[in-house]
Amino acid sequence: MKILIVDDFSTMRRIIKNLLRDLGFSNTHEADDGVTALPMLRSGDFDFLVTDWNMPGMTGIDLLRAVRADEKLSALPVLMVTAEAKRDQIIEAAQAGVNGYVVKPFTAQALKEKIEKIFERVG
Amino acid sequence: MASEIQLHQNEEFISELKECAKLLTEKLQGNQFEDASQLIHAMLESRDRHIFQSVGHLTRALHNAIVNFHVDADLTKEPPKVESSEIRDASNRLNYVIELTQKAAEKTMDMVDEAAPIAMNLGQEASVLRDQWARLKRREMTPDEFRVLYGRMDDFLAQMATGTEQLGRNLQEIILEQGFQDLTGQVLKRVIGLINEVEQDLVSLVRIAGQVEEITGLATGADKSEQEALIQKRKVEAEGPQINPSERADVVSGQDEVDDLLSSLGF
Repeated sequence: MKILIVDDFSTMRRIIKNLLRDLGFSNTHEADDGVTALPMLRSGDFDFLVTDWNMPGMTGIDLLRAVRADEKLSALPVLMVTAEAKRDQIIEAAQAGVNGYVVKPFTAQALKEKIEKIFERVG
Repeated sequence: MASEIQLHQNEEFISELKECAKLLTEKLQGNQFEDASQLIHAMLESRDRHIFQSVGHLTRALHNAIVNFHVDADLTKEPPKVESSEIRDASNRLNYVIELTQKAAEKTMDMVDEAAPIAMNLGQEASVLRDQWARLKRREMTPDEFRVLYGRMDDFLAQMATGTEQLGRNLQEIILEQGFQDLTGQVLKRVIGLINEVEQDLVSLVRIAGQVEEITGLATGADKSEQEALIQKRKVEAEGPQINPSERADVVSGQDEVDDLLSSLGF
């Protein structure tokens, strides 16, 4: 299971990385915004994308749209982990095809639940 | 205050206008058209003078605001090059906060990453030794096995001493690292003070500008569709963490509400 973590704060990337490792996923890679993430996704056969929303360069929601619009990547499961908490934003992410939405600050339990749920559904 | 001077001049201008208007009606009714024309001319002049004065006040207030923020800029360049200012200083301070909090977070995680395997190894070794100790108590152990246990126990006690010492050091470092809270707090308080000053100066500028617009009829209706587009855009614009989620109806206050909202959308 190859996972890409996209967040502009290295601290948050590290926290998510550690939590994923505790859940048994140690093949994780990092990018600091959508602009760097997209080429990695296109060339790197990733199985799962965890992304923040608010990032300079290319935001997470734009990254999500780009992923869904890309023929090769359109089926990639995407989990949004973000501080953005407006109802309209959550609806927008859902409409853009997000597979899960976790608001920061989050617990290890919440992240685990959402990830398990996503894998259950996509098989 | 500049806006009070402006208010006073507005009142003078209005009373002058009223005076002229009264005279103008009298002259017109008396068919003294030449005098009336002169009056109209005087009114226009007075209005122009008033506009010039108002613009002068506005410029001076703006200048004072800039001086208050110690803006040192080369205005001949396009765009003007800001050498230093309170705002620039505040940006630097805020960047320092980001830097400090990041360092503290990383250092803390380093300490935990270093400590976690030590604690885990000690725990694993302790449980192995406890099992063997239990066998010894039940007298199930051969003399050879006991000799191995004897040596292992020695090693474990040594590991325990150095391990707990290391854990204690790391915990102490984690505590010390929390000092960022004090330092960033001081910086943030200064920046909050500056923002309040900027706000006050801006409000007084807007007040003067509003009074000028009102009296000279320069005010134009804001473009409504533009404003509506802005409101629409704000709805999905990234805002970062919510400070008071319970005070806003358009914001969820936790993971449970996110889950409820998503399941209502068929997730």
